[in-house]
Amino acid sequence: MALAFPHAADANAPCRVAVTGAGLVTAHGCGWAANAEAFCLGKTSFRPVTLFDVSKQRARQAAEVDLPSALPPLRLSARQIARLDRADHLLLHAAAEALGQSGWEPDEVTPVCLGTTGGGMSQGERFYRQATAAPVRYASQLGRAMNYLAHAQASHLAEAFGFGGPLWVISNACAAGANAVGHAWEQIRWGRNPRALAGGYDALCQMIFAGFDALQAMSTTGCRPFAADRDGLLLGEGAAVLCLERLDMARRRGAVILGELIGYGAATDIHHLTQPHPQGNAAVLAMRAACQTAGVTPAQIDYVNAHGTGTPLNDAAEAVAIREWAGRWTAALPISSTKAGIGHLLGAAGAVEAVICLMALQGQWLPPTATTVNPDSAVGFRLINRPTAARLECVLSNSFGFGGANAALIFRRFA
Amino acid sequence: MNHQAANPCVGDAQEQAVIVAGLGAVSPAGWGVPALMSALEAGAPLPVREIAWPGHDRRLKARTVPVPNQRPAILAHPRLRRASPITGHAVAAALEALGDDASKIKDLGARFGILFCVMAGGMSYSRRFFDEVLRQPGLASPLLFPETVFNAPASHLSAVLETTALNYTFVTDAGGFLQAAGEAGHWLLSGKMDACLVVAAEELDWSLACGFRHYSRQLILAEGAGAVYLKRGSRRGQVCLDAVTHARPFSRRQPPVAALAAVRNDLPSAQPGELLCDSRQGLDSLDGVEKAAWAHWKSARLSPKIVLGEGLAAASAWQWVAAAAVLRAGRHPAAVISACGPNQQAIAARLVRG
Repeated sequence: MALAFPHAADANAPCRVAVTGAGLVTAHGCGWAANAEAFCLGKTSFRPVTLFDVSKQRARQAAEVDLPSALPPLRLSARQIARLDRADHLLLHAAAEALGQSGWEPDEVTPVCLGTTGGGMSQGERFYRQATAAPVRYASQLGRAMNYLAHAQASHLAEAFGFGGPLWVISNACAAGANAVGHAWEQIRWGRNPRALAGGYDALCQMIFAGFDALQAMSTTGCRPFAADRDGLLLGEGAAVLCLERLDMARRRGAVILGELIGYGAATDIHHLTQPHPQGNAAVLAMRAACQTAGVTPAQIDYVNAHGTGTPLNDAAEAVAIREWAGRWTAALPISSTKAGIGHLLGAAGAVEAVICLMALQGQWLPPTATTVNPDSAVGFRLINRPTAARLECVLSNSFGFGGANAALIFRRFA
Repeated sequence: MNHQAANPCVGDAQEQAVIVAGLGAVSPAGWGVPALMSALEAGAPLPVREIAWPGHDRRLKARTVPVPNQRPAILAHPRLRRASPITGHAVAAALEALGDDASKIKDLGARFGILFCVMAGGMSYSRRFFDEVLRQPGLASPLLFPETVFNAPASHLSAVLETTALNYTFVTDAGGFLQAAGEAGHWLLSGKMDACLVVAAEELDWSLACGFRHYSRQLILAEGAGAVYLKRGSRRGQVCLDAVTHARPFSRRQPPVAALAAVRNDLPSAQPGELLCDSRQGLDSLDGVEKAAWAHWKSARLSPKIVLGEGLAAASAWQWVAAAAVLRAGRHPAAVISACGPNQQAIAARLVRG
């Protein structure tokens, strides 16, 4: 096998990148069809948390996934399957759908690029509970210790579907899914790989739920992104996987092309570990960089899937950033946050919202933020809060995270 | 803006070598590359510290970073006052690698990249926070939680350097540092970036040592960080990145011994006198894969883990730092760095002296 570095493609002109498969699992359901219908209509899928005890928390709702009773066909042993975590299940269902759609055969070179914040965190929680139990018990602790590590799920995915290429697990907090898709896009764009499997995943777990509750970032009244009376986010769980490949190859093999990924930008907000810069300066840098790589201007963006968590600080900073980036086009720009329906999926959010953008491009509709009845008058853009048909050519998706991780992706309809 | 003209930390854009412009290390041997190299030259395993295992009579063994005689001044930075030890390790190693260029990084804008690698991450705050959650979730500290996030150390590093540039945190095993360095090499040679900082860091906690005790009772975990500052420049007189293999993930189809053998076969042929900097632990139970892969190696070997312990993601950063330091000293013309992690992948890189 040729070396990873140096690579003859380092001086190549960029390639166009197509999305030929997309799978997702959210609280709306498992698969493209169920999710497309729910996002198009602006449904919400929150319920009281059942996965762990939240009786002593302020917030008690989340968007839990009802996992299918059976896993898709996998190249794993019964023992390996028995060790899979909830996060693995989410990821494997999404990957099976994406790979089935793309028609890809496994190989030894295709990279797998995933974003996550928690990895197998619930395994780590079980490990800790048992390690501190009296008397100490050792059964299954090795498996928990190893599968807690976030790269374990990527290894499971690759082996489950027969892929042997490099694994990249990006953990840039809540921008991780977008960063992973962007990183995969760059691998193809610069000719280093003809295709890449990319996505994000995160399962609900007690530690992260309690963490957002401790920060008082979660709403006790409901998630209302960009609403005048917004008071916080709600968490969700899920996964999305995209099959990215060179457009010329996809066309040659007659693949169904769901859309084209044309731009990616990322920047770091150094204002604070958890709070965005009030002017959203790194968000502006990320959106501008995405437009620059895509070769488009804000005027050519027909819809923005905002990060839009529903927290007072995020939504205010993102609105300022969008105004700065879009300039005089802001007032007419349709924007929504799909977190209103499925919550904040953390490391999965960027990848899931990328797939929602593809759905919108395919269906020519705007996913509404249906929970926001009274938009904050300060946002300055056209918040979509009811089902809306639209003519979409280019759409942008924002993802921001703790640590100042900011990323933007731009997709184009393929006709 | 012409960064080549504006910023002296940028090399000539016409040069096509990726050079190792700086090295940094925090390890059980101490704070700084000289401490690391002194320990490796002495060759003796560093003393082991015992860590209390709460609720258990046994104590856990580990190699921790010694408390510095003088607290590094940078740790007084507002972003670092409450940060977890892993951040202190990462920032100290990064600043050592950057040297005088640290204050100029912000001028590079988006043409600088940080690639941060971690396997276990901020374990001490994670364990403390989850412990608080189990006791009384309503009182769990909102100050601890943000520091448990994998990218917290990398975020603090960006803040210290005052750079809004791209910053990726990769979760990976020991091989990830080499994979990230290869990515940085691409960014530099393709012209996307003018300089990159590749860092790997870990911190110890009893819960981590307890977890790895189930993997091997003989394994001694270590904490710290390693950093490499890469630029594009003239290879003359410099240590350069020559090659990075593809990472070979482990699976039932490709067990570690096959993965590392494939990695070895991917590398260019070794020169006479070339150094092998491998990831052997000094434990027969864990070193079989490396021994098999490099059984043919006739030239010099250096095995930092035997002295330092298993530093997880930081381990291959220390290997890199050690190999590059030895090449800089003119003792070898080239060095192969071989990394075979505990549960993800095998990978290797090659450095050459220009």
